[in-house]
Amino acid sequence: MEPLIYLDNSATTKPCETAIAYLNRVLSSAWGNPSSRHRLGLESERFLREARQAVAARLHCREEEIIFTAGGTEGNNTAVFGAAMKGRKRGNRIVTTAIEHPSVAVAMDRLEQQGFEVIRLKPEKNGSISPEQFFSAVTPETVLVSVMLVNNETGAIQPVRAAADAIRQSGAPALLHCDAVQAFGKMPIAVEKLGVDLLTASGHKIHAVKGIGFLYLRKGVQIPAYLVGGGQESGRRSGTEPMPGIASLYGALKELPEEKNQLPRMQELWYYARDRFTALPGVEMNSPEGCLPYIFNMSVMGYRSETLLNALDQYGICVSSGSACAKGKGSTVLLESGLLPRRVDSALRLSFSRETTKEEIDRTADALGEIIKTMRKAYTK
Amino acid sequence: MKEIILIKDGEIALKGLNRCNFESALAGSIRRRLKPLGEVEIRKAQSTLYIEPKQEDYDFEEALNRMKKIFGIAAFSRACVCEKDITDILAKAPVYLKETMESIRTFKVEAKRADKRFPLKSPEICAQVGEALLNAFPHLSVDVHHPDEIITVEVRDYAAYIRGGQIRGAGGLPVGTSGHAAVLISGGIDSPVAAWTMAKRGLMLDAIHFASPPYTGPRAEQKVRDLLGKVSQYSGVIRLAVVPFTEIQEQIGEHCPEEYFTLVMRRMMMRISSRIAAQHGCLALITGESLGQVASQTLPAIAATDAVSTLPVLRPLIGNDKEEIVAISRKIDTFDISILPYEDCCTVFTPRHPHTRPKPGQCEAAEEGLDMEPLIERAIAGTVYSYIDPFVKGETDP
Repeated sequence: MEPLIYLDNSATTKPCETAIAYLNRVLSSAWGNPSSRHRLGLESERFLREARQAVAARLHCREEEIIFTAGGTEGNNTAVFGAAMKGRKRGNRIVTTAIEHPSVAVAMDRLEQQGFEVIRLKPEKNGSISPEQFFSAVTPETVLVSVMLVNNETGAIQPVRAAADAIRQSGAPALLHCDAVQAFGKMPIAVEKLGVDLLTASGHKIHAVKGIGFLYLRKGVQIPAYLVGGGQESGRRSGTEPMPGIASLYGALKELPEEKNQLPRMQELWYYARDRFTALPGVEMNSPEGCLPYIFNMSVMGYRSETLLNALDQYGICVSSGSACAKGKGSTVLLESGLLPRRVDSALRLSFSRETTKEEIDRTADALGEIIKTMRKAYTK
Repeated sequence: MKEIILIKDGEIALKGLNRCNFESALAGSIRRRLKPLGEVEIRKAQSTLYIEPKQEDYDFEEALNRMKKIFGIAAFSRACVCEKDITDILAKAPVYLKETMESIRTFKVEAKRADKRFPLKSPEICAQVGEALLNAFPHLSVDVHHPDEIITVEVRDYAAYIRGGQIRGAGGLPVGTSGHAAVLISGGIDSPVAAWTMAKRGLMLDAIHFASPPYTGPRAEQKVRDLLGKVSQYSGVIRLAVVPFTEIQEQIGEHCPEEYFTLVMRRMMMRISSRIAAQHGCLALITGESLGQVASQTLPAIAATDAVSTLPVLRPLIGNDKEEIVAISRKIDTFDISILPYEDCCTVFTPRHPHTRPKPGQCEAAEEGLDMEPLIERAIAGTVYSYIDPFVKGETDP
């Protein structure tokens, strides 16, 4: 069988060599607790600090603004619940979008049950929230605005800066949180320019291992800690630092090319894929032009997503029907973007990494072409 | 202190001359289920089975758990073995029942004197045991109407037994005593419940699943295996036949009118299933149909599918509402698996407007374009068999 083609990099990525090498180091030699006073602890603490600096450098922020977490879900939960609790006395309104990842969306549902007024902005046809929506939704009573930087299913880039401007203009006490899990390491992010107070990212989307992520918390902003105990991470996230994950994230960042240098190649790949796939009968693009070129969402009209997935799997090609977190369910992101249910039922998400090649796109397009030719369509309503 | 498990076999007691066949079948079920826990001796007397572990540190908790899922058992309990001597009974009762008695406030004692040679009459046994317990646990009082716990002393052929309350068994008949049948299983909520219901009436199960790769995926098949795994905890080992169905579905899509798609598909399933089932000695098919639930479960549709089965088709859920079926599926722990959202062969090509009231002859006409016999033969030839064993797990353990 030909080598596996992995086009599901928004679900997770393959850990890179440096990530594994660094991970190995903290498992076999530098395995101390960074809080210990002896030499092993010291070595570990130094390593932790270097890793934190590497993350901070990517975001153009201070190292003390980085809190390591167990991943995207913890980061998003911490940020959303923490910011809401902090703002509770000053206002009751939260603005977010209808296309957030479940780790934000479900947290919002819970806050709503607790009495917050949650405004969920709907995307335009192109999958993005229009900047004007933020200006009309953010009121002086707003205490939290949470918006993702890149949508995990369509790749559509959201106007986070506009949300920051809307907060400033309204004079609201709101904190701005940004879920950057799909964006970090793939597009340049300067937290200050973006105007965010909190930002979430995850390691395993950029070739580190699962179980590690971080939360950026702007200096001067305080939110209640989500995990309390031994006071690690300056009391903002207790628990012995998860050094294996942190080491692998550090390693992954060492190997990660500078985002802006990588983007042109990915752009080219994305357009190449678009030309190849839209040449097939019945293929319609769901990702908008100008989206993050790591995510490519299309519908193959007349075929069920799961059928296409199974069929491509037989060719050794791994793709997804939407987000891996909601397997089987029709994508709410696409439905919220105003696509018809039958188009949503036929959606496929290809997600690329820096290792994805044109040859892999070719093989995938050829396989999909064969599938369309040989398989029967479902009766579509 | 020697402990055993006492089993009341319920409905079997009503059987006439073949009663011993039913009892041997039940003993066989029990022996197979308990085998991994260690050797036991099983004896029968007076519609009671006695399970006596041969080792000291027997895992009674797990044995009782497994007992709950054996059909043919009306009730069972853990009991302490005593000599048929009131002194021994009075000495052991407070010791054996210590944990139970300390957790309750009121109790009553019942005595069953199956061995009429025992010198004391039942009320006398009750009085003496009750007194002994009251002396040992002064916080207790007797309540003959609504006691927290009923303590039973049974004087039987071989020995006397002291026990607390009984645990309700799964009921039904021992698996295998009604013969062998094959259930058509898709992965939905109904078919596992139908399978369980018929196993409860003493049927040994085969299962037949239709897979249409790549329209359906490996997860759909795994889901069926997981569902059968739950059912097999009651029914024992199940032989699973996975029938390749892609070609037939594609041919139906090609040659049959769309509104007949589901009907013709179900008729093909019946044809193939009755042949596979008969090959393996099954005397009936089992389906999870419930009258009127979906388009293919109207009376005319059922008649159309029944017409092509060469075996009787058992539909234990035919008169059940969805809620009743869901309640059973929760009880037997299949519900959460059933609702996993994978395409199965029934959902792949659902027609926009399925025909719900086919008249005799219409299905035959709709099937005219199919090269029937070779399609069926190829599907049967490509069928893959495997066994679902209730107590084998952990295939992916590294």
